Amino acid sequence: MNWTVVQRILGLLLMMFSLTMLPPILISMVFRDHSWFPFVEGFALTLIAGFICWLPVRKHHEDLRLRDGFLVVASFWTVLGTFGAAPLFFAETPTMSLTDAIFESISGLTTTGATVLTGLDYLPKSILYYRQQLQWLGGMGIIVLAVAVLPMLGVGGMQLYRAETPGPVKDTKLTPRITETAKALWYVYLAFTIACMICYMLVGMDWFDALCHAFSTVAIGGFSTHDLSIGYFNSPAIDLVAIFFMFAAGINFSLHFFAWRHIQVKHYRADPEFRAYVFVLVAVSIIVVTSLYYTGTYTAAGDNFINGLFQAVSIATTTGYTTANFAAWPGALPALLVFASFVGGSAGSTAGGIKVIRWLLIYKQGVREIVRLVHPSAEIPVKLGNTAVGFRVVDAVWGYFSIYIVVFGVMLLLMMAMGLDQVTAFSAVAATLNNLGPGLGDVAAGFMTLGNSAKWVAVLGMLLGRLEIFTLLVLITPTFWRR
Amino acid sequence: MKILILGAGQVGSSAAYHLSREEANEVTVVDTRADVLRELQDRLDIRTVVGHAAYPEVLDRAGANDADIIVALTDADETNMVACQVAYTLYHTPTKIARIRSAEYMSAKMLFTQEAIPIDVRISPEQLVCEYVEQLILYPGALQVLEFANGRVRLVAARADRDGLLVGQRIATLKEHIPNTEGRIAAIYRDGLSLQPDGDTVIQEGDEVFFIAARQDIRVFMSEMRKLEDPVRRVVIAGGGNIGVRLALALEQTNQVKIIERDPKRARHISEQVAKAIVLVGDAADEELLLEENVDNIDVFCALTNAEEANILSAMLAKRLGAHKVMALINRPSYAELVESGSIDIAISPQQVTIGSLLAHVRRGDVVKVHSLRRGAAEAMEAVAHGGEADSRVVGKTIEDIKLPPGTNIVALVRGDRVIIAHHDTVIETDDHVILFMTDRRKIESLEQLFQVDVSFV
Repeated sequence: MNWTVVQRILGLLLMMFSLTMLPPILISMVFRDHSWFPFVEGFALTLIAGFICWLPVRKHHEDLRLRDGFLVVASFWTVLGTFGAAPLFFAETPTMSLTDAIFESISGLTTTGATVLTGLDYLPKSILYYRQQLQWLGGMGIIVLAVAVLPMLGVGGMQLYRAETPGPVKDTKLTPRITETAKALWYVYLAFTIACMICYMLVGMDWFDALCHAFSTVAIGGFSTHDLSIGYFNSPAIDLVAIFFMFAAGINFSLHFFAWRHIQVKHYRADPEFRAYVFVLVAVSIIVVTSLYYTGTYTAAGDNFINGLFQAVSIATTTGYTTANFAAWPGALPALLVFASFVGGSAGSTAGGIKVIRWLLIYKQGVREIVRLVHPSAEIPVKLGNTAVGFRVVDAVWGYFSIYIVVFGVMLLLMMAMGLDQVTAFSAVAATLNNLGPGLGDVAAGFMTLGNSAKWVAVLGMLLGRLEIFTLLVLITPTFWRR
Repeated sequence: MKILILGAGQVGSSAAYHLSREEANEVTVVDTRADVLRELQDRLDIRTVVGHAAYPEVLDRAGANDADIIVALTDADETNMVACQVAYTLYHTPTKIARIRSAEYMSAKMLFTQEAIPIDVRISPEQLVCEYVEQLILYPGALQVLEFANGRVRLVAARADRDGLLVGQRIATLKEHIPNTEGRIAAIYRDGLSLQPDGDTVIQEGDEVFFIAARQDIRVFMSEMRKLEDPVRRVVIAGGGNIGVRLALALEQTNQVKIIERDPKRARHISEQVAKAIVLVGDAADEELLLEENVDNIDVFCALTNAEEANILSAMLAKRLGAHKVMALINRPSYAELVESGSIDIAISPQQVTIGSLLAHVRRGDVVKVHSLRRGAAEAMEAVAHGGEADSRVVGKTIEDIKLPPGTNIVALVRGDRVIIAHHDTVIETDDHVILFMTDRRKIESLEQLFQVDVSFV
């Protein structure tokens, strides 16, 4: 383990992160909400902490090894979550305990979107803005951003990038240089954010809400500036814009990059993961809309359609915006939606969940076994499109799947041990581990009713979900620490 | 610069390593072996593409579309040639470099024109290594001999020993020792660290000294560093591969050459090719065989087989049995470092020899020649000064006025046919070939800028 390098990069990243507390100060000035001081405190605290970390080891320039990459990413997300909580903790409105502040901050950064706050509409604008910004930074990954702007990471950048980006296949680079790849991803992300904001403004949001919601839409986060989430606006046009951008942000960003570079869209259709992603969304939407229609949940047919579609896309992509209280919907619908969040978005997107490509590979292996029963001596590779998938990838998918189930089970038991009922516990774990946000039962509106210990379990779940379990889990194995 | 490297073999991966180290380059490597590429991508900041190097679809995926340079280094000459042709025809890649091993292709000069097989630069690593070893044999006592300006100027590295005339004295006394010859000490390495030499530096025993001089003055200079050795007469080459045979052919007229080859069939084949050299069938690490062939009397033992471990061991054995000087072909830099300080006199790194000819084409500005030194840490470079006094940062200036990055020296100029050894008051003129020595190659970018003609003035 190369501690000095880890410490140096951690210090640099913290100093970089401290800069993100400056825009809320600006927002505070614009709206004169008198809550700029907590951000100054947070900025100073983070900057100084980063500086102290970096100062003694600034001259060390060794390369980052594979193991150091895991340590940097895991410790950075943890440390970042804590420092990100500083302004929330220092703020006078809302008054938050340390647990609540850290919960809110991690929920933001991991793009979960579960909240412990109520009365959002009456909070200072700068605090609201800061929550949305946290989601935006966490969406594409703050370390990917760091790789883009800190050229000194070099080869080490690849290690960091791999430890942070979701998905089973992480060796494909969009460009030869990792910094260029990271930059490209952020440019695409930025372009989507701006487009989303403009669209929101065109359909009637004011610029502040448009900016805030654009942040959390393309990040597939789910935080809102209103208690009623997107439902506050009560506008089908806004719903449709949100649906479109949630859908787009759940697609692998390398496809977007390719589209941008080559000005074409036909490659989307050729991508097996994209097709499976669309299939899942369409299937879930149809089931939800027809069920709503036949049970007559809403009197107006249009309401059934728009609410059904919105909730299906919002939950299945793990965004977690709500326009309706879906937890109260009839029959199997609430459970179906929570189950859809296990699928989540595509690899290399900002969405959570297990990722479509993993399900696709698991499904294909199931089909392979069936074919094998019929043709016992056939040689059947698992294929994505026209290319066979290597054994290593398939193995990794199964490994991930099984560890996901184990982690899920353990967390479910922990939640129930802390006094949550079964439905609440199950949906709370699903909502955090899949980075979804809202759950069912007691956590349908938010996590404020939970005890402190349950909140900490949820924090752990959100971090595990964002870093795809392995990056965090590898740190607690003895093999990792053995020299 | 966007660089496409085809083939991730020894030369290919070391080229990828050297080129990707420079910030400005974006390197993509193509190979058919996915596992080799994965391993390479873990170590280097490059992109990799799996596939056959000459297929248009693969080249397209690798970004041949906007590549500036394509370097074909696969092990098949034919693949390299076709790849360059495909790149030229479909993507109009400006610079195409290919490894061509077989002398049959190389000798047909008309083949490599734009209309036929458009390859701008042909590299034959075997040829380069062979020439390199030849130079070392020609100048006994030298660790490295590098040519500039078509051989008019040579940069020589030698280890100072106690019999050298200059050893223990200040560099400034060099003028008194050899008043009529011009030359310059470019760099001194002591215990692996570089010193910035000036007139007051005292050369010590064991220093690795790089000096530059015109071709005819090299021997005089060498005597300043160490006792002049007798010319090499008896050479034993272990390994009858391409390099070994080429070397034997080059040396057999002037030296007594013996080649040791393990494979009887190959040995038979070599014996038919050579005129005077003796081909021995056997193991180069066989003590009996070496003693029988009077290894204690030979001047140079070169271990040039494919297996570097075998080269190291047979060279060490030959040294212990009394061979005067031993050289071994070693690919891994870490091995070279291990053995060069003690048991083996000279470690020859084929990659280091080859990489220079690639680097010359990657450099911005008009760079004629690049030699990579000390396993890539240092570099010697020949650049042409273009432009006039108004738009160039070097032309019309004296050497002391040029703002060189630290660790960099201008050591010599070649003006037309004349070799000018650099002094602080030498003025650089347009079209001079400037020979520079860099002890820290990380400063390369500021150096490149120096030799670029500033467009804003034109």
